[in-house]
Amino acid sequence: MADVALRSVVKRFDDVEAVRSIDLDIPNNEFVVLVGPSGCGKSTTLRMIAGLEEVTSGDILIDGELVNDLPPKDRDIAMVFQNYALYPHMTAYENMSFGLRLRKTAKAEIRQRVEHAARILDITDLLDRRPKALSGGQRQRVAMGRAIVRNPKVFLFDEPLSNLDAKLRVQMRTEIKRVHQKVKTTTVYVTHDQVEAMTLADRVVVMNKGRIEQIGPPQELYHRPRTHFVAGFIGSPAMNFIPCRLERNGAGLTVRVSDAISLPVPAPLAPRYQAAAGRELILGLRPEHLTEPRHGDHDADCCFAVTLDVVEPMGMETMVFFTVNGAELCGRVDPAAAKGPGESMLLCANVEHMHLIDPTTDLVL
Amino acid sequence: MTATAIAAPAVRRRAASLSRDRRWALIVSYAFLILFAIFFLLPPYYMIVTSLKSDGEVARMATNPWIVADGVTLDQYKLLFTQSDFLVFFKNTAIVTVCVVAITMVVSILAAFSLGRMKFWGSGVLAAGIFLTYLVPDTLLFIPLFQIVRGLGLLNSYWGMVLVYPTLTVPFCTWIMIGYFQSIPKELDEAALIDGAGHMQMLLKIFIPVALPGIIAATIFAFTVSWAAFVYPMAFLYSADQQVLTVGTVTSLIRADVYKWGMLMAGALVAATPPLVIYAFLMDYYIAGLTAGATKG
Repeated sequence: MADVALRSVVKRFDDVEAVRSIDLDIPNNEFVVLVGPSGCGKSTTLRMIAGLEEVTSGDILIDGELVNDLPPKDRDIAMVFQNYALYPHMTAYENMSFGLRLRKTAKAEIRQRVEHAARILDITDLLDRRPKALSGGQRQRVAMGRAIVRNPKVFLFDEPLSNLDAKLRVQMRTEIKRVHQKVKTTTVYVTHDQVEAMTLADRVVVMNKGRIEQIGPPQELYHRPRTHFVAGFIGSPAMNFIPCRLERNGAGLTVRVSDAISLPVPAPLAPRYQAAAGRELILGLRPEHLTEPRHGDHDADCCFAVTLDVVEPMGMETMVFFTVNGAELCGRVDPAAAKGPGESMLLCANVEHMHLIDPTTDLVL
Repeated sequence: MTATAIAAPAVRRRAASLSRDRRWALIVSYAFLILFAIFFLLPPYYMIVTSLKSDGEVARMATNPWIVADGVTLDQYKLLFTQSDFLVFFKNTAIVTVCVVAITMVVSILAAFSLGRMKFWGSGVLAAGIFLTYLVPDTLLFIPLFQIVRGLGLLNSYWGMVLVYPTLTVPFCTWIMIGYFQSIPKELDEAALIDGAGHMQMLLKIFIPVALPGIIAATIFAFTVSWAAFVYPMAFLYSADQQVLTVGTVTSLIRADVYKWGMLMAGALVAATPPLVIYAFLMDYYIAGLTAGATKG
């Protein structure tokens, strides 16, 4: 168990800067998820922490010790790979004990540690099997077991659930969370799946184009994104973005979306946006904040009629897609209230949850 | 109803056509396979038949050469083992082959591991260069090698063969092994590095067991080349006690224009037995090894 710190870490591959001077502090026992689209530098960052990639510049510290020049085996870390990376000629037991055997750990202790990890992961019956005789989920458990038995300072996960089918991914996600609650160890987890990031992380690090966009607990990222990118990346379906103009309306402010639609800015938010009055901005609204009229929830000024393009029933809710001012938007409505494609429907915006984004800086105001 | 009635025969016609196509493909395949089998099995059959004849029957031009007319005899084998240096040749060949295979595999595995997995400046050019040396025929190499072997005092010694045969085996075996090592996912060595393995431990405990089919393929290749080498022993060995099977059998059983056909055929059959046995047991590994990396994504 240890804390991990990255100080102005840069990674360059020839002319391409994959990681651009990132700073990150991960306290002891924290579960941190690096999330972002492909090529954002999250895996490269993880591999630099593991020692599998050299750091171009900057420092990486594990438990206060500078590890830039230490080989992976001396960093006291364990890593779970996307494709499991189990040794195909060894049984699950041999795979899990390999690292301990290399470190000349006593046989009795190896057995005790492997059996303990196997109990945690519920793979005691699989220890004699080779990887090819295991299912994807079982292989992933063995790979996690291999990490657990080492009792390392830091766990590193590199998209460990990407190769699993959707159902198994959800199961294993819960499993990883359960294991982390049992085996309290600092964990750095890389994924491109924001749902995985939100459900697993104590804190999420959103990366884009080699930089950290925002660091924070999942709820904070969801409700208070700092940039256009984070607002769009976190949440599924993604936040709606609508070009708009912020106008003064007497003492208050109004967001004008189109000739027909203008939304009042709630009084508590007005002071924050005063300085931007008169400017072209981007309005951000999550689908769950564009719903059918709900008694007591909505001001009539916030409701407007739209023509639905596509309707997706999801069971407990229905997603409706429509176009406003050239922007394709999505609303989340009660299935009983949903209309069909091509039909007109009254939708209301929950403006308490609006975000206004400055298109010149891409920062959320 | 109408639609179903119309669609059903169409489906049947299509299935029938597929089955007919497959039947014709099989007939053509079998015809060619039988043709090839006959073509390749005739020489060994002729060798077996000839080795089971007496010298008298072999020399008699009137008899059918494809059958044993005067009764089967093992005289040729008895003569081969008692009246010739065949067993000396066999022993020398076995010693040379075992040593060459061992040297080849040690050098090839180490070279392939470093070239295939430990990326370093110039590794790609070196790997291509190694393969290019395989393209230089031994008929060109034996003249400069003659000078080297003589300089080392190994002329007319089968230990000289242990030194020169790897020039034929190492390049190709290294090339096979590079392909095999490169087909192993890189996460495997990264996992081993994180588990605490050094490069040598990684090679011994992970790569060699995982690459066993490739290693077996390379071993079979080295064995075959070493067992069947002809030009080098022809050029570098001249006394019977140092000679190997390929050249020894021919030089001792052909005297001027006298060909001891029965013993030659018996000798060739006995000499071919070890490679045959090895191929028979390890053919699957050989094919798996040679095709490794062919479908790498």
